Amino acid sequence: MFRRVSGLLIAVVLAASACGTSDTSDTSGTAAAPSASSGAPAASAPAATELIVFAAASLTGTFTELGKTFEAAHPGITVKFNFGSSATLATQITQGAPADVFAAASPATMKTVTDAGLAASPTVFVKNKLQIAVPPDNPAKVESLKDLTDPKVKVALCAEQVPCGAAAIKALDAAGIKVTPVTLEQDVKATLTKVELGEVDAALVYQTDVIASDGKVTGIAFPEADQAINDYPIAVLSKAPAGPLAQQFVELILSQQGKDVLTKAGFQAP
Amino acid sequence: MRETERMPVAGRLPWVLVLPAVLGLVFLVLPLAGLLVRAPWSTLGQRLTEPQVLEALRLSLVTATIATLICLVLGVPLAWCLARLSFPGRRVVRALVTVPLVLPPVVGGVALLLALGRRGLVGQWLDSTFGITLPFTTAGVVVAEAFVAMPFLVISVEGALRAADLRFEDAAATLGASRWVVFRRVTLPLIAPGIVAGSVLCWARALGEFGATITFAGNFPGQTQTMPLAVYLALETEPEAAIVLSLVLLAVSVIILASLRDRWVNSP
Repeated sequence: MFRRVSGLLIAVVLAASACGTSDTSDTSGTAAAPSASSGAPAASAPAATELIVFAAASLTGTFTELGKTFEAAHPGITVKFNFGSSATLATQITQGAPADVFAAASPATMKTVTDAGLAASPTVFVKNKLQIAVPPDNPAKVESLKDLTDPKVKVALCAEQVPCGAAAIKALDAAGIKVTPVTLEQDVKATLTKVELGEVDAALVYQTDVIASDGKVTGIAFPEADQAINDYPIAVLSKAPAGPLAQQFVELILSQQGKDVLTKAGFQAP
Repeated sequence: MRETERMPVAGRLPWVLVLPAVLGLVFLVLPLAGLLVRAPWSTLGQRLTEPQVLEALRLSLVTATIATLICLVLGVPLAWCLARLSFPGRRVVRALVTVPLVLPPVVGGVALLLALGRRGLVGQWLDSTFGITLPFTTAGVVVAEAFVAMPFLVISVEGALRAADLRFEDAAATLGASRWVVFRRVTLPLIAPGIVAGSVLCWARALGEFGATITFAGNFPGQTQTMPLAVYLALETEPEAAIVLSLVLLAVSVIILASLRDRWVNSP
């Protein structure tokens, strides 16, 4: 009997370890994908046929669109994105993830990469501002930053380790307000989801995320947001496997065409 | 009942089996070696005593233990029903029990929000009738952990029930014992090792739970920030701190599991 139980135990442990990896792949699985697929096309053609861009989660919509523009202008080139929290992306890059371009949501996360000597002279290409996001019916009747101090109002903030959390702390400090959130989320999209599901009454997220949510949350601008504007830097990585293509992609982002797409999504010109 | 150690059949070492076994072991142990090599040993002591680390560790141990107890209370009867009762749709029920095993934990967390969240199917009613909201509370952490870990217990216990000799139960029943008495006095002692093994797995899974917890219960130090969540957030800025936290979690779980194993689980 013990044999059978232990055999079962092994089977279950195997299943458990499979689950364990799925935890981490939620956060870093996208990083592994480009490296796994980069081998095949590179073997058939000597020139680079794909461009790998690591970009902050808040750039998901705009960069995907601009990536298609880039592909249309460069036939035969595929642009692959790894979107995620800027801090996670920076760690992945310093740990050797193959990437050509890095677009971060904060100068601090870009600095991790430049300090490691993996990129030089980043350029700020957009700025992003915080807004208070509330569910469309605004159950807690939030109108200003001050309303968030009410203990009955459930507030979600980003954790201070990620750019949107750092910006939120800056804005609250500028307003001289102390907010006790119910949760510190791991990235801005997770924070937004909590508002969309109505689990919290308010959250501080980027203006661009409010626009991208397409009416699922309502944004409230507040004056103190001007004290906590996030700069988004972009840089070609020094080990860029795609070489000159990477520079061309950055030029597209900095071009008028790139600016138009980004400002339409709620970003501000630097 | 315990099998004595038998000498294996004499002959040459079966390399077909030994070689992949060694590779498998290396594969499992190598990442651990990576952690140990890169650990910042010099600042280890100082980081360990940070109150936030101890708080996260305490929260992890407490919630994983409560989650395991809940799984025991609900999971053992569920396993018994699956193993001993025949009812239509039993296969479907068994498949449903394993859903949390295959569901990505983050999706599990969203599913829990949709069911037990403030605007969820049942959560709405919990909120309006009792004023209970589970998300962002320590109870929410326990719920998320129990959801993800329960299948491990149910599967282990069901396996033990199927492996147990039915004749003991039959004998007790013919002597007039009711089904409940049979379960309590005969079945339970018979499958105790299976229950312990299942609880250990269940506890370990609950301890390492990340995705469902951060999605359903959120992340707030002292309330819902368990060790895996602390590790993930530390990774954003201080990979070294994350390594230390991982080692602590690892050390504590290995110590607890090893001591339990010696005491309760007599492996063949």
